[in-house]
Amino acid sequence: MTSLDLSTGSLRDVNAALQTAESGEFVITHPQGAHALACGLNASVEVKIEGPVGYYCAGMNQLATVLVDGNAGTGLAENIMSGSVTITGNAGQSAAATGHGGLVVIHGNASARCGISMKGVDIVVGGNVGHMSAFMAQAGNLVVLGDAGDDLGDSIYEARLFVRGSVASLGADCIEKEMRPEHLEFLTTCLTESGMDADVSGFRRYGSARTLYNFQPDDVDAASESTERSDG
Amino acid sequence: MSNEWHLQKSHTFSPEVMAEIRRAANTGVYSIRGFGAKRQLPNFDDLVFLGASMSRYPLEGYRESCGTDVVLGARNASEPIHLDIPVTIAGMSFGSLSANAKEALGRGASAVGTSTTTGDGGMTDEERSHSTKLVYQYLPSRYGMNPDDLRRADAIEVVVGQGAKPGGGGMLMGQKIDARVASMRTLPEGVDQRSACRHPDWTGPDDLEIKIIELREITGWRKPIYVKIGAARPYYDTALAVKAGADVVVVDGMQGGTAATQDVFIEHVGIPTLAAVPEAVRALKELGMHRTVQLIVAGGIRSGADVAKALALGADAVSIGTAALVAIGDNDPALDEEYRAIGSAAGYWDQYQAGNDPAGITTQDPVLASRLDPELAGRRLANYLKVLTLEAQTLARACGKSHVHNLEPQDLAALTVEAAAMAGVPLAGTTWIPGKDETDRESD
Ligand SMILES: Cc1cc2nc3c(=O)[nH]c(=O)nc-3n(C[C@H](O)[C@H](O)[C@H](O)COP(=O)(O)O)c2cc1C
Repeated sequence: MTSLDLSTGSLRDVNAALQTAESGEFVITHPQGAHALACGLNASVEVKIEGPVGYYCAGMNQLATVLVDGNAGTGLAENIMSGSVTITGNAGQSAAATGHGGLVVIHGNASARCGISMKGVDIVVGGNVGHMSAFMAQAGNLVVLGDAGDDLGDSIYEARLFVRGSVASLGADCIEKEMRPEHLEFLTTCLTESGMDADVSGFRRYGSARTLYNFQPDDVDAASESTERSDG
Repeated sequence: MSNEWHLQKSHTFSPEVMAEIRRAANTGVYSIRGFGAKRQLPNFDDLVFLGASMSRYPLEGYRESCGTDVVLGARNASEPIHLDIPVTIAGMSFGSLSANAKEALGRGASAVGTSTTTGDGGMTDEERSHSTKLVYQYLPSRYGMNPDDLRRADAIEVVVGQGAKPGGGGMLMGQKIDARVASMRTLPEGVDQRSACRHPDWTGPDDLEIKIIELREITGWRKPIYVKIGAARPYYDTALAVKAGADVVVVDGMQGGTAATQDVFIEHVGIPTLAAVPEAVRALKELGMHRTVQLIVAGGIRSGADVAKALALGADAVSIGTAALVAIGDNDPALDEEYRAIGSAAGYWDQYQAGNDPAGITTQDPVLASRLDPELAGRRLANYLKVLTLEAQTLARACGKSHVHNLEPQDLAALTVEAAAMAGVPLAGTTWIPGKDETDRESD
């Protein structure tokens, strides 16, 4: 176990140590809200951060397991590719934004735009998520144990959203969908993996109505033919 | 023969305007197309070089050296980009362009020592391997964005806006979203993709500053970071980009090309390139950052004269999109019949979104794409880039400059009052710069 102290070492030195390690366990003390901490990791290292972090903590994570004992600012684990990022406290805006893979677990609440443009990541939020969460979400799963704010899943593509509490409102083209056995199965595994305890039967599923997938031109001149395109 | 002299054409409701009204009435969808603004705008043709005279000493046309190299990104990056010529290839996505077209751009640019740029849709192995210097765009959509590509790029360009559509997001119509493009963007095949117009995880220059730190931390502070803005408020946007930590600012004027944008956006949003350059330069100078943070100018650059004029106004390099596509075969008169068969004509083709480009450039159709020979097309691009450079050098020598970067506004005069005001150079034959009085000019 290697201990790195941000009250004495620079961000560059700490990140360089984490980025060049091929394995091992690290503890970072006195993060004091530092931005871009533990970003760009690309190996199976385990990193524990003792305290609050600023923007883009664990950004673009690959393979590494990062645990934040505290709160995080904007863009926690943004564009995560693989590995996992867990935070005991609350996350600011755009948590796990554009994440392509891996797992992000937020034990507290996540602010607005959680999972915006997500592309394959799984996100589990113990508390609530703010407005515009899963905006333009393309793939992956957002699991919310609490409530969701306004415009959930606006302009959503193929991501799946599971919310246990209330949804203030659904965004454009986002609709409630049937919970099928495979969804319950997924939730059971996902919650176990994230160390969350919740009854899966209490969740509702939301996803894309797929009505915004293509422009729908009228064609008055060719009135006899329908120009509507159907999409799956 | 009927006498038609009594037929009076309306300038307000011209045949083109009426055709668009009919098109709108028939479809209920706004017009989406590629290419750049088509209407007449004040541009670099409205400026002329003064050349050497009694008080200025020219350099010998072929013998005396006139440098053209440019270093980009030395402000913060430990591995700045060295280009042999001040003309780069602008970001155009794989998806909007075929893989062969991307390869041709890489081959042509690499042959003459300059860079190419990825686009909205990620980096392909083909373009990485054919471009010796590759700039990786970091866009709001983050399609295909991954840290491995970030690390194998030679520079990173944070795209805030594009000249064709400042304030607008990307588009790629369903007919171009084939299986490969769809999987690179994590989208269902065949959707009309509308990508975000705002970055998902930062808002405003203070956030951008932190974002840039993250990008530098992930790439070990080695790569130059560019910030690309559509020309809207170039003075403020340039200043804020510098404040956010940009090594290079890319300003793309309203003539700038696009793969697919609403026509109303292309023609009505943003300001002309000519008007944007002096404003960006003013911001850099006021911050004491001119030449420390490099300025790349794009939007309607066609000739060595355009290159030289942009540099004379204070740019460090220019970037080309449409001209590069034309050089590799876009709008080729040899294909006129085929363009006509799909409702256009050579020289007018702007349906880049349609995916049925007979030249094999703006398409994902394998049969059409295979028509473009990337080696030959690459040679054409290399030749064209050489000509741009030779022309810029010739003009610089005529003005007595041993490096194209020594060109200055004092080498220019304007042919129109508008251009004089926008470029901040005197109307030809006068000392008049609209908007500036004598005292302003002396303090310059
Ligand atoms: C086919 C095509 C695709 C483009 N794709 C992108 C893109 O993905 N990202 C971007 O920032 N700009 C894109 N642009 C704009 C260019 O980067 C550049 O700003 C513009 O072409 C410059 O103007 P010019 O075409 O008059 O040279 C595209 C332009 C064209 C013509």
